[in-house]
Amino acid sequence: MTTSSVDIALFATKIGLIFFVILTLAAYLVFAERRILAWVQDRKGPNRVGPFGLLQPLADLIKLLTKEDFLPAAADKWLFYLAPAMAAIPAIMIFAVIPFGAPLNVAGHTVPLVVADLNIGLLFFLALSSIAVYGVAIGGWASNSKYALLGGIRGLAQLISYELSMGLSLVPIVMLARSFSLTDIVNAQAGVPFIVYQPLAFIIFLISITAECKRIPFDLPEAEGELVAGFHTEYSGMRFGLFFVGEYINIIVLGGLATTLFLGGWHGPLLPPVVWFSLKTLSFAFFFIWMRGTLPRLRYDQLMHLGWKVLTPLALLNILITAWWLMLRT
Amino acid sequence: MEQIIFYILAATAVIATILAITEKHPVHAILFLVTSLFSMATIFYLLMAPLVAVFEVIIYAGAIMVLFLFVIMMLDLGHPEKGLSPHWKEWLPAVILSGVSIAALVVVIVSRHAAGAVPAAMPTIREVAVSLFREHGLAVELISLQLLFALVGALYLGRQQIDTKSLPPFQGEGRGGDGVDLSMRHGLETHPHPSPPPEGEGTINGKISP
Repeated sequence: MTTSSVDIALFATKIGLIFFVILTLAAYLVFAERRILAWVQDRKGPNRVGPFGLLQPLADLIKLLTKEDFLPAAADKWLFYLAPAMAAIPAIMIFAVIPFGAPLNVAGHTVPLVVADLNIGLLFFLALSSIAVYGVAIGGWASNSKYALLGGIRGLAQLISYELSMGLSLVPIVMLARSFSLTDIVNAQAGVPFIVYQPLAFIIFLISITAECKRIPFDLPEAEGELVAGFHTEYSGMRFGLFFVGEYINIIVLGGLATTLFLGGWHGPLLPPVVWFSLKTLSFAFFFIWMRGTLPRLRYDQLMHLGWKVLTPLALLNILITAWWLMLRT
Repeated sequence: MEQIIFYILAATAVIATILAITEKHPVHAILFLVTSLFSMATIFYLLMAPLVAVFEVIIYAGAIMVLFLFVIMMLDLGHPEKGLSPHWKEWLPAVILSGVSIAALVVVIVSRHAAGAVPAAMPTIREVAVSLFREHGLAVELISLQLLFALVGALYLGRQQIDTKSLPPFQGEGRGGDGVDLSMRHGLETHPHPSPPPEGEGTINGKISP
């Protein structure tokens, strides 16, 4: 009885810590993005609140919480209220299957540093990322505004298209690791990370997750120049904040997933595993911000062309080549 | 504990399905159906079938329903006032067919014991894959070919529609995407007006149905 209660306490602590770290990290990623973008564009960025502007996320939070929570007159009330949560919750839930460190030993109990080591972990991720589409679409539709609806439709089309190439680019990884469990996939990369065997799959996955995060070459759902703010035009206050933070949580989670699947997860020399995992994940976040400062936005037809006519066939070809290679090797 | 979760999920699934049928607004109906599918997926997980659960979410909730939502948003079909109750000739076949399947279900439930029906062993992904592609490989290939035929047929119908008469003022020959974008904007412009010209509605229906 006592052992089980200790286990439950450890488990609850783990989940609480993950929530705290991810939400804090997402808030600070917003700050980091503003500072790095400013640096790229030869500006100063937010540097007034606290030392180096480090308290800026807190000030933003207070501002968002105290703003008026506005509901457009012709909006669909319940769906309008529900949409931000529908966008943010799947993003947090994906983190449940990502192993972020080697198993720890706490007072005689082995604590695996992953919330749920499902044997279908990768499929769980694909399922939740396909559910995350609803937040964008419903948010855009329920606002009953032209810009929001256009953003919602664009988001829907983009997310469906790039989900396909993302899923297909992960098939070779499963073939190499011979498992859908992310823990097994990390263990299979103890020697050589999969990026060495699968550079093409890595590139396809990276482009697809950029589209899934709606980051800059693919930010058509919220293109400021054309659609005001896209699907979240009509949102204000903390509901907008939830959409916003959800996007940054998505960046962290998808970066962590790319780390787990291609860069060997928490494996690495000298430094402790959790530090390696965080470093790799944050380097993906930095890469996304860097791209935002560098690249222009794609046109809608270019977006669809790239997804359906370039990435998907390449991913299929990659599966075929990997299968041949595995067959010849055995 | 598992039983309590099961009953909560079962109640959610049944209520959400009933609401999906009775709800007049298509977008709300889709969301209720997604809720129902999601709770059904969780029930599958409780019954030690995680693979079925995940496929239910990926395929039904994540792909098919999203596509329905996309079509409804794109063609601006969200007008519940047009969804009047159909004539009895239209719903009679549906009633007969669903009556047959409900009768079959009742017969099966009455004739068998529920406890014996659930297999105890949970097949792994590898076993499922082997039985799917080694034992039923031919069937899988045939189904995929059939889906390909359907896809090519749909593409053919869609292409014919675009070539005959669409967007006459915009000669979007070189940049196909512009056509898509503009057609979307077209759909939107009719949005604020409660009654769009009847020609537009008629042509959309007339083009798709043959």
